[in-house]
Amino acid sequence: MRDSPAAQSRTWKETDWRKKARLWTDRAKRLMWGRQGNDGLMLKTAVYALLVIIGFVYVYPLLFMVSQSFKSLEDLLDPTVGWIPRRVEWNNYVQAWNVLHYMKALGTSLLVSVLPAVAQTVSCAIVGYGFAKYRFPGKPILFALMMITFVVPKQVVMIPMFLLFKQYHMLETPLPFIVPGLFAQGLRGALFVLIYVQFFRTIPDALEEAASIDGAGALKTFYRIILPISVPAIVVVFLFSMVWHWNETYLGSLYLGNAMSTLPQELKTFNDAFKAMYTGGAKVTDVNEAIRMAGTLLIVLPLLILYLFAQRYFTQVVDKTGLTGE
Amino acid sequence: MKMSKAKREALIGYMLVLPWIIGFLLFMAYPLFFSLYMSFNKVAITPYGIETTYLGWGNYKDAFLTDPEFMQKLLLFVKSTLVMIPIVIVFSLFVALLINQPIRGRQFFRAIFFLPVVITSGEVVQELFAQGAATIPLMDESGVIAYLENNLPTAWSDPLVDIIKRFILILWYSGVQILIFLAALQKVNTQVYEAAAIDGASPWVIFWKITLPEIKPFILVNLIYTTVDLFTNTSSDVIKLIQDNMFQVGTGFGYSSALAWIFFAVILAVLLIVAWFFRNREKTAYAGSGR
Repeated sequence: MRDSPAAQSRTWKETDWRKKARLWTDRAKRLMWGRQGNDGLMLKTAVYALLVIIGFVYVYPLLFMVSQSFKSLEDLLDPTVGWIPRRVEWNNYVQAWNVLHYMKALGTSLLVSVLPAVAQTVSCAIVGYGFAKYRFPGKPILFALMMITFVVPKQVVMIPMFLLFKQYHMLETPLPFIVPGLFAQGLRGALFVLIYVQFFRTIPDALEEAASIDGAGALKTFYRIILPISVPAIVVVFLFSMVWHWNETYLGSLYLGNAMSTLPQELKTFNDAFKAMYTGGAKVTDVNEAIRMAGTLLIVLPLLILYLFAQRYFTQVVDKTGLTGE
Repeated sequence: MKMSKAKREALIGYMLVLPWIIGFLLFMAYPLFFSLYMSFNKVAITPYGIETTYLGWGNYKDAFLTDPEFMQKLLLFVKSTLVMIPIVIVFSLFVALLINQPIRGRQFFRAIFFLPVVITSGEVVQELFAQGAATIPLMDESGVIAYLENNLPTAWSDPLVDIIKRFILILWYSGVQILIFLAALQKVNTQVYEAAAIDGASPWVIFWKITLPEIKPFILVNLIYTTVDLFTNTSSDVIKLIQDNMFQVGTGFGYSSALAWIFFAVILAVLLIVAWFFRNREKTAYAGSGR
């Protein structure tokens, strides 16, 4: 069979076909896997699929909150109503707004989160720079001590702290959050120092040496050279500090007492406040999940807005500084 | 006035760190001492002030020998946390690598992945839990949990099941770590990547030989952060126990201080193990970066 000319021409055709096929598979392979690195279609699809799946898990609570918060009582009780409510119930938000004393609590929340965050962002940067770039006797001990303050659960020192702030006459004001922040203490202060330290350590010493040869002092070098390229670290620290202060209800209720109330604290007493405000009325009898969800969303909203801005700024700056590698 | 270079460096160093030292003395040293002192006493908070009676090691003995809940909860908690730490680290590094890729809409994806940092702390998480937004129904239905319970000794299936049930929570708690890793990845010099790619290194090799060593200091930061965060956040069982004891008449603040210090010792031990494990592999990188 192999010797017959017809068969020979067929094998020729076959190899031809094979060559073509190989060409195509090669092309397909290149499309799927990419010539090098990660530009292949297959990998790309896998990456996007993963991102979408994981992303969904992350957005799920937010979607859930939004969906629930617009439901009326009938929609809540009706199991056939899934994600989209039959009728958008804006009233939930109005009620939640009133129950939370929104504007007043928002003011308090901003006071006890923005000011400490600014204080910590500045002071921790200075301390972190000292730890990262200077050598002095006793540094390892001080550093270890700082790490210990980070590890100590806040429940250990909560009550003594309370008594201490009472002595300093700082209770019922935002000062217990702000003043320790000025000294690189406060809520997770040690962590922020640590973030700065690790960040500054990746900056090559040659940069500072060059600045000092040019006659810049330590302060000037820090202010003019180090800080401008540390914007990512600064944004990260500020964002974390603000968010954590915002969400801190345990220490908040301890230090602020009844004098002030932040938004998350208002959520804690939401049920009672709601009853006091609305049960006297004719229509509504009890707080429902939708209203609570609306309240929760209202509390996260300022953070989300801040986050939208910071996020944009963050990725831009990170990309800009990241490209130079320094 | 001329100083030696080393002396001047030390002086500037002290000046920079000084705020922290002052802050520590003003706000940290006394509370730490006070709470340690209280842990050796029986404390009763009366309208006239705080009454203490010295107990010696009594509180600590009670915690280990008589308290039925504490040791059991502590052990279970430590076990499940030890399993969770590497999961969180690997997962967050993975996500950070994903969103560091040149993909379309990466701003959008980044925005999503840092979302938990903003929404999932404190009251909001508890609210979501109460509403049932934090569980994966699929896990129960697929029978994974039943499989684990039938095929592993309970000592290890309990923490594993615990983790699966809190899986969404694990993902949410890695927001901070993702952010730190991403910032670290951004600092890696892109020219190094290009050079490696030209030399024919595959992405796999590049990851192990270039990316990983470069971001090592930040892995340590994340390890420390994750450990402390998982151990001390208010939803942990042990912390709840400590808080409950704080205002109980029978046990009181002294006893809860003792519990808190034991817990602190445990966390410190875990951290030391983590740090030691890390140091062995990382000595050279450290010596190179510190001045």
